Amino acid sequence: MIVPFNHVFMLAGAVFFLGLICIFTRRNLIMTLIGIEVMMNAAAIVFVASAVHWNRLEGQAFVLFIIGVAATEVAVGLALVVAAHRVTGSVDPDRYNFLKW
Amino acid sequence: MSLYAVIFYLLALLILAATGLAVTRKNPVHAVVSLIFSFFGSAMLFFLLGAPFLAALEIIIYAGAIMILFLFVIMMLRVDVAEGTGFSLVRWMPSIVLGLLFLALSGLMVLKEPGSAALIKPAIASPREFGHFVFERYWLAVEIISLLLLLGLLAAILLGKGRGGTSTPKKKGGDET
Repeated sequence: MIVPFNHVFMLAGAVFFLGLICIFTRRNLIMTLIGIEVMMNAAAIVFVASAVHWNRLEGQAFVLFIIGVAATEVAVGLALVVAAHRVTGSVDPDRYNFLKW
Repeated sequence: MSLYAVIFYLLALLILAATGLAVTRKNPVHAVVSLIFSFFGSAMLFFLLGAPFLAALEIIIYAGAIMILFLFVIMMLRVDVAEGTGFSLVRWMPSIVLGLLFLALSGLMVLKEPGSAALIKPAIASPREFGHFVFERYWLAVEIISLLLLLGLLAAILLGKGRGGTSTPKKKGGDET
């Protein structure tokens, strides 16, 4: 494969940056979770590229764990969004400005 | 430029375009659909980088399960599409500055790291040796991840059930309208 190692890193950095933009600028909890997913995917790309670069399987093993953590995080996060939507009727984080359950 | 390099740059373009579309859509359903394309691109990239098992997992879990979970929740909640964004420079200034700082630092780190311009040698890890490796060296981590998934399941059930005995009739009525 005739691709320099740092080009894969730049791709992953750009994808991570897009996820960061999504988290910072969107005012919708579902879009925030999507941004977190994008960032985890960027981390997974870096791990796979490192695994093939140094010829170590640890990188691929950690991507397996990243996928597991991402699945758990999305399940709990979406359940939290549903619970918050049940209370306030909105997914806008600016609406969550009271402590009454 | 070899065929691998051409495929890599095309995939990078696809991933960046799909992700860029995903983070800018107003409608969350459109965002999720373009994110599925981004994950397909990532899966092809994993395949190119010699991880066919992870490519399959990426499609099955990320594109198949997680994104469909998002779609279900969006359909269940009836999210109002018009979110009050409105570009205000004062509010976005900290995030813009921090993001540019992060971009500059990571770019410097990637470019200045010795050996980072070395070409990647093609290699492939078959699912069989990957499985042997994971279950020989990292069996404890696999157990911990399975425990974490169980806890996530319990938390999702507990949170999704609501408050149990005490009902909130006003909110329930609000959901159905």
